[in-house]
Amino acid sequence: MSDYRIQGATGEWEVVIGLEVHAQVTSNAKLFSGAATAFGAEPNTQVSLVDAAMPGMLPVPNMECIRQAVRTGMAIDATINRWSRFDRKNYFYADLPQGYQISQLYHPLVGEGAIEISPDDRNPDATKTIGVERIHVEQDAGKLMHDQHPTRSYVDLNRSGVALMEIVSRPDMRSPAEAGAYLRKLRAILRYVGSCDGNMEEGSMRADVNVSVRKVGDELGTRTETKNVNSVRFVMAAIEYEAKRQVEVIEDGGRIVQETRLFNVESGTTRSMRSKEDAHDYRYFPDPDLLPLELEEAFLADCRASLPELPDAKRKRYEGLGISAYQADVLTAEVEAARWFDALLEAGAKPVAAANWTTSELFGALNRTGRDIATSPVSPSQAAELLALVADGTLSGSLAKQVFEVMLETGDAPARIVEDRGLKQTSDTGAILAVIAEVIARSPNQLAQYRGGKETLFGYFVGQTMKAMGGKANPAVVNELLKKALA
Amino acid sequence: MSVDTATVKKVAALARIAITDEDAARLAPELSNILGWIEQLEGVNTAGVEPMTAVIPNQLRLRDDVIDADPLTGGGIRDALMANAPQAEHGFFTVPKVIE
Repeated sequence: MSDYRIQGATGEWEVVIGLEVHAQVTSNAKLFSGAATAFGAEPNTQVSLVDAAMPGMLPVPNMECIRQAVRTGMAIDATINRWSRFDRKNYFYADLPQGYQISQLYHPLVGEGAIEISPDDRNPDATKTIGVERIHVEQDAGKLMHDQHPTRSYVDLNRSGVALMEIVSRPDMRSPAEAGAYLRKLRAILRYVGSCDGNMEEGSMRADVNVSVRKVGDELGTRTETKNVNSVRFVMAAIEYEAKRQVEVIEDGGRIVQETRLFNVESGTTRSMRSKEDAHDYRYFPDPDLLPLELEEAFLADCRASLPELPDAKRKRYEGLGISAYQADVLTAEVEAARWFDALLEAGAKPVAAANWTTSELFGALNRTGRDIATSPVSPSQAAELLALVADGTLSGSLAKQVFEVMLETGDAPARIVEDRGLKQTSDTGAILAVIAEVIARSPNQLAQYRGGKETLFGYFVGQTMKAMGGKANPAVVNELLKKALA
Repeated sequence: MSVDTATVKKVAALARIAITDEDAARLAPELSNILGWIEQLEGVNTAGVEPMTAVIPNQLRLRDDVIDADPLTGGGIRDALMANAPQAEHGFFTVPKVIE
């Protein structure tokens, strides 16, 4: 368990963290209208009369949004409520033409679930379970721009009415690292399920961070809520800052006020958003425009059947194939990489060799060339071919690296590269012996020293032989023949 | 339950409805009357009765995830949308500056 503590003047303090994550549901159209959801469109071009709250318009829920929220719930083993209902959350702001957000307070679509996290990535088997209290669906608001005009704010309603899932955790996290691990795991699950693209830069995932502090073993302290933090790193920084601030306030004899705060990206600090205090009176009530949402068993069965293998199950399966826990964790962290690796295994690659090669050679090369797996110039079947050439002795490790470099540049098949450039490894003892004889003949000093007991010179002879053979000799055969020749 | 003028003013402020003191003084007893009537309804024993959501048996209809399937509830109508806006500029609605 976490031993993260804030050292105060009066002793050690424990931090208690809960996260409310807003995840944009992947769908073509909005939650209650047919307007498009795509990011980056011209302002107000993806706004229907419903989204602009014109009088007389009625919301009709998008089935796909409901389906994606249900699938997400199933992926975290949550209760799915076959009867749920929409409520109006009333507040007045320029980004919300309806004057209320349609949300689900009293009867959310998804109930209690859980997410298993590994806060220490060097030890992925040390896990902790974080409770998820609920997931409900709701509308996003529009966007305001304040820097376009000296006295006016500009309103773009393209986001207005886009479907969000609000995923509310239990206050089960005890350190910034645990909160970071929770967010990364949640993001991975959403991306495996395909219910949210997890793109934090484009605002597809934002977190409201609830933080309180207490002396170890005490009752829960008063919490503050830092709104709309949009990266894992910022969430961790906000917790760190906010926990320290709260300890200082309490130790100076003050008390924590339950309030909404804002995170400042530049300074890494949080500040109070007092002007919105009144807005907390949301006067929720059931939305009279919408009947309760009742789901059939067949719909749920269809949702369940469409779930892919999830990160935890995949990681365990990889470990069962002999892949190390660390590599299994790295391979399953991003859904695209995991699917690529699955394709590599399907193409016949041996799991352990494939995992070693993928996590070191492939990921290393992609990193170096600023690419990701989606734009990898090497396909899983080409990689399987390369690994097969290593497995059957055609290529040595170092030749495989050379071939891989060419594959990266040209996208050619490995067998063709081996053929064209004559990179085949040779185990031809006659040829190797001839080179060894030549090397020994031109190295009388080294030979005398070696025979005199300086055994480290063996490496010199291996190097010379390999060099003379253009790196194409089978290293195992070279070693064996050299030992005999030098004895 | 009776509503005082301070509550009336608070609710009006939350809804951004400007009312005068006279309005508030007139509305307070009106709202109190309405709430009194609701209190009377609460006297009915509804134990074991499911809340009624519609007067005819009806199911919530869901729409398919198709963009602009119905022109009346689709996007791409910016000009029509802005036609009655008091002040629109460069494709945006504009409002008096609201900033934290």
